[in-house]
Amino acid sequence: MTIYLRAALLSALALAGCGRKEQTRTAPADASYQDGLMTQLIDAKPGDVIEIPEGRFSFDRSLSLAVDGVTIRGAGMDKTVLSFKDQIAGAEGLLVTASDFTIEDLAIEDTKGDALKVNEGENIVIRRVRTEWTGEPKTENGAYGIYPVQTKNVLLESNVAIGASDAGIYVGQSQNVVVRYNRAEKNVAGIEIENTFDADVYENVATDNTGGILVFNMPNLSQPGARTRVFNNDVTANNRKNFGHPGTPVATIPAGSGVVINSNDQVEIFDNDIKDNKTANVIIASVYSSGLSQDGMSDDFDGYPEGIYVYANRMGGGGKNPDGLDLQALKIAKFGPMGAIPDVLWDGFVDPAKQVDGATPAALRVCVDNEGADVVNVDAPNKFKNPEMVTEAVRCSLEMLPAVTLANGLGE
Amino acid sequence: MRFLVALLLLAIAACAREEAPSSPVFHEEGYPATLSEWRLMSVEAGTLSLAPGVTPYDLATPLFTDYALKLRTITLPAGESAVYDDNDVFDMPVGTIISKTFYYPMTDAEWTGDVVVGPSPTVENGSMPLAGLRLVETRLLVHRADGWVAIPYRWNDEQTEAVLHRTGAAIPMTLHRPDGREEAFAYVMPNQNQCAGCHATNNTTRAIMPIGLKTRHLNKPSSFIPGFNQLDWLLTAGLLAGVPADASAAPKNVDWTDETAHLDLRARAYLDANCAHCHSDVGPADTSGLDLRPDVPFGPKYGACKTPVAAGGGSGGRPFDIVPGEPENSIFVYRMATTKPGDMMPELGRSTTHEEGVALIADWIRSMEGACG
Repeated sequence: MTIYLRAALLSALALAGCGRKEQTRTAPADASYQDGLMTQLIDAKPGDVIEIPEGRFSFDRSLSLAVDGVTIRGAGMDKTVLSFKDQIAGAEGLLVTASDFTIEDLAIEDTKGDALKVNEGENIVIRRVRTEWTGEPKTENGAYGIYPVQTKNVLLESNVAIGASDAGIYVGQSQNVVVRYNRAEKNVAGIEIENTFDADVYENVATDNTGGILVFNMPNLSQPGARTRVFNNDVTANNRKNFGHPGTPVATIPAGSGVVINSNDQVEIFDNDIKDNKTANVIIASVYSSGLSQDGMSDDFDGYPEGIYVYANRMGGGGKNPDGLDLQALKIAKFGPMGAIPDVLWDGFVDPAKQVDGATPAALRVCVDNEGADVVNVDAPNKFKNPEMVTEAVRCSLEMLPAVTLANGLGE
Repeated sequence: MRFLVALLLLAIAACAREEAPSSPVFHEEGYPATLSEWRLMSVEAGTLSLAPGVTPYDLATPLFTDYALKLRTITLPAGESAVYDDNDVFDMPVGTIISKTFYYPMTDAEWTGDVVVGPSPTVENGSMPLAGLRLVETRLLVHRADGWVAIPYRWNDEQTEAVLHRTGAAIPMTLHRPDGREEAFAYVMPNQNQCAGCHATNNTTRAIMPIGLKTRHLNKPSSFIPGFNQLDWLLTAGLLAGVPADASAAPKNVDWTDETAHLDLRARAYLDANCAHCHSDVGPADTSGLDLRPDVPFGPKYGACKTPVAAGGGSGGRPFDIVPGEPENSIFVYRMATTKPGDMMPELGRSTTHEEGVALIADWIRSMEGACG
């Protein structure tokens, strides 16, 4: 006991003597591990668990896995670090094209493109993984941190995503997804659910991103998306200047966006803490006001958000300094220099083809029934000419969505 | 005539199979440690020789791989043929071995890492003198009972043997462009899993498939048998069955360098060979909504005024894949020209810019009329 104490004391003294710099310096990454891990990934068989020990390992090319039923496991997201700082080839850090895949307890840092991409697969678990671009977030960072696309039955939990120039956690063109207990910060988009059916997004923290949590549908893809529930999340102060690549959809997100719904249907936002997002805490928009071109959009794309239900959230402190000239001007004209955009901003687009007797059918409405929250319709269809408060007009309720149930015991 | 030649060839092939020690060996499993164990080719006295029954072929417009030259061969089990298809990869029997050897002309007699762009020395009568050339790697696609398998071999410094090398490599080289510019780059040999990055052309089944052995790539004058259309020659040699009587009417890509061909056909041939193995309706890049198969009509699906989806930095700050008349505003041109790993296209197999290919696509886009909103 005494010896241990003395050792601890000595090392504490030593650390103190070294000064602050020494403490934060990371050990140089070990490049000799690359070939061994590549061989393990190439030779993997279903059922294999590939364990990566504690340490910093350096890679100059992408890793890839194409075998079903493999688990990759590190010693912890701050202990096992795969560094791609010296990467010269490959569009990802790790590319997985396989089903029944689990990855946990490691970090993927500084990839040139996406950090972890899973392209098509079922039963995907990503947990306690950190994807990070170190240093001050910048446009040159890779696009996505954790990126399952065209996947089914997916659990993303307890991950940390930092510094992505598009989305920290991005689920695209997928089905049956749970995103929970994650932390996304300093990304352009914290968490984005895009063209996905049946997603539950809960108990995540999204802060210091440009936009906190996004639920989007984009045109020209294999499937649209619908039925996402966003609840019990902490979406606070996502006010980071947009550092996305011009031309990409997220580059159109105003800094200070809390939860953003674009063109998606049947989205339920409830029981979240959504605060201090300087453009607006909740934005409900169609593709027509997103700043994205409609040129080249497939004719069958439905760009209107429909069946949106916002209730029982704790909101406040938002809308004080909206990003973009249109919204700035609108705020000043409508709410005064010291005023704020209300908690919920709706662009006001409705699908003319679906109107019945001049009204949107009940199930397709935007409903906000949230105590203490006001709603503004900014009249985007008429270039923001006649913004109006519609808090009472949109006070309605919709049928609640069922919870997502993951199959095959994921998340149990 | 066709019949007689075929008969003769079959007879030779049959003999070769039985007697010649140099005839190809099909390994039903495992990864043989050296390329020579397959007995497809051998190097002696500075000459690479193909074994009997190993047939070279080439493509109208090939995939660009950092200006590497490529020697492609196909070897079928004795007496068997591949089955022709208008559009899909030929149906090849179990036992088929496809090889692709990547090599460069060097600036010096000895290997210094300095390589030049073309010209294209290649096999004549089954052999290729190696003076002035550097063999880099030979990739095999082997059709086994349970599917195609990709096996990569890297040539040794002595240039006498290629050795199994499954984890890939980054090989430093310096490219000497035709106008004298020099450019250091890393030739990246993919690891065995990355073979699937291109060859798992259906991202759902993920089966490894050949890509080049399609009618539209092969329907051209043979570079190896003067006077023959390549498809006709494969038919005549007994390697391919079911070729239509008039091969010239079958699907056909033009040579992307052929300035007498229509610009649109040259661009489409180039995009087919370099992009469509991923950018199809079932390929790994179907996530993008961009489909560059040659039969896709020109429109948003083919990139016209199409906004990026998940391109990240790959957008290059440009609004659409193709802006008619404006290559400098088209994402296509940016992604083809850049060598940033996270932004470039294709994602694999390229560390340099194919300037001539970029120029072709830029010219093609410049020639278009219209605009994006």
